[in-house]
Amino acid sequence: MAHFEKANSVGEWFDQRLAINTLKRVLAFEYWIPKNINFLWAMGMVLAATFGMLVVSGIFLLMYYQPNVDLAFDSVNYTIMTEVGYGWLWRHIHGVGASVVFLIIYIHMFTGIYYGSYKKGRELIWLSGMGLFVAFSAEAFSGYMLPWGQMSYWAGMVITNLFSGGSLEAYGLVEWIRGDYVPAQAFLTRFFMLHVLLLPLVIIGLIVLHFGTLRIPHVNNQDGEDIDYEEAARLYKEGNVKDSKVIPFQPVFLAKDIFVMGVYFILFFYLVFYHFEFAMDPVNFDPADGLKTPAHIYPEWYFLWSYEILRPFSKDLGLIAFAIAQVIFFALPFLDKSPNVAPASKRGLFKFWFWAMLIDVLVLTFMGKLPPTDALFANIGLISALVFFALWIALPFITKIEKKL
Amino acid sequence: MSNRRDFMGYALGGFTAIIGGIPALYAMKRSWDPLPSVKAAGFTSIDVSGAVENELTVEKWRGKPIFVLKKSKDMKADDRDVVIGSDRFHVSIGLCTHLGCIPAYVSDEHKFKCACHGGEFDASGHQTFGPPPSPLEIPPFKIDGTTIVLGEEGPEFKKMKEAGLTV
Ligand code: HEM
Ligand code: FES
Repeated sequence: MAHFEKANSVGEWFDQRLAINTLKRVLAFEYWIPKNINFLWAMGMVLAATFGMLVVSGIFLLMYYQPNVDLAFDSVNYTIMTEVGYGWLWRHIHGVGASVVFLIIYIHMFTGIYYGSYKKGRELIWLSGMGLFVAFSAEAFSGYMLPWGQMSYWAGMVITNLFSGGSLEAYGLVEWIRGDYVPAQAFLTRFFMLHVLLLPLVIIGLIVLHFGTLRIPHVNNQDGEDIDYEEAARLYKEGNVKDSKVIPFQPVFLAKDIFVMGVYFILFFYLVFYHFEFAMDPVNFDPADGLKTPAHIYPEWYFLWSYEILRPFSKDLGLIAFAIAQVIFFALPFLDKSPNVAPASKRGLFKFWFWAMLIDVLVLTFMGKLPPTDALFANIGLISALVFFALWIALPFITKIEKKL
Repeated sequence: MSNRRDFMGYALGGFTAIIGGIPALYAMKRSWDPLPSVKAAGFTSIDVSGAVENELTVEKWRGKPIFVLKKSKDMKADDRDVVIGSDRFHVSIGLCTHLGCIPAYVSDEHKFKCACHGGEFDASGHQTFGPPPSPLEIPPFKIDGTTIVLGEEGPEFKKMKEAGLTV
């Protein structure tokens, strides 16, 4: 056994057994953050905090929710909403949180794209981040099934049908995923399991990985400057805080993060108390009915852009386009051929690429919400979907000819 | 590998991981399969003697909606019709072959219209517009007097299937 001295304090007692002083140094007090960043760099911690809100509110919902096709709807809309003390609070936090988390994820992603924070050692940050995006999408979808309303049922029907692979007609696979010919009890219970256990575990694992991948490359900064961290840390530790380009994560950077989080949570709870309805689709307040499709089916706003890429094409082409759109952002670090880590504004054609991509995704999102019948909007949708792919095809070429900064 | 003992350890470990891992994956796959009780979900009988021309009735079979439409004389006959006596019926699984929404029947246009992505089918279930890639599917059926039994493959259904009119 290792040799242990008598500890003189509680902190020392723990340090002897867990090396907490080393951990604190490596992960917090000497984890250096550049000074040259802005509030957009707080989005990561805002996401972590929002995930925390989802977990806590979810735990309370779980105490009364019944994963049974006959009981689920009432257990949410009657028991939790009207009987359980403050049950509505947990539900509104959970619903608003699930919606807002995607807004922040998109801001976080486009920040990374704008500043080129996905290359030169930061590839794994990007890939684990995309892993989180996919895991959150699955988490949001599985959670949407649980109240077992009309939108739950029909979204479940349409999305699981995607796995038939069009002309491959893999209906066996679809039935396997559902555990039935249609979404029914087996489907609800297994998506319940995914939503409350397996996917949260995956998400937590990915968050740990995401944080781990940040530690060695450090976060990027507003100018993409390649900072000499040893030199900057030395200056800071010598007391020359002013000349050093960095600050320690704890306590200095965290104070700024917490400020942004404070502003964010004021807005968040404003939504929870006064504007929760945007996160609650009225159609889902009708119980699931396998014999009646709602007049117009559309996903939650954060899936609209990729849904719109599915819609304008024939079935097979639509599925292929949709599948590519879901994963193409994973390829960003490998399709961007320029060595420059710099804000898009300084990167020649990439500047236009960035804004075109952002606007295109926004247009797709708005078109996705409109009914499929209007020819004008259907054409705008089709064009935006084609632009989406054209931009990805153009990316390696325009970044190849980009001037090295 | 530093020596033979280490090698033996890894080899045995690898071997047990494989013989344990593959059956475990198989067990997991099987646990996701539909239950036998679901698979055996029974048969549905529909009596069509009271059916009204050009008026859609929707029945339920294996959790899915089933369209039964008695055709009026002015509607085109089709190889996919279920013929009972002198009447012709369109019988199909009422799920759009695009992504599975239930199309609505618009009786004065003699058309099924799907609200999800704008697909359309005629009164014989053939796709006429939009993303649906194939006609509405015909469920396995057997004719028994004026009753249609769903879930059993009668001679009329087998003929349609052989002719490739449904899957
Ligand atoms: C919801 C889950 C997520 C959490 C909790 C999270 C958390 C964080 C945190 C705490 C940081 C460091 C602070 C910052 O730069 O904001 C960070 C950085 C980063 N994240 Fe995420 N993130 C998530 C999702 C994503 C997604 C979906 C992507 C995009 C694919 C992504 C890509 C990045 C990148 C590229 C950086 C580095 C930024 C830089 O170096 O300047 N993250 N993340
Ligand atoms: S599900 Fe009917 S058109 Fe897509």
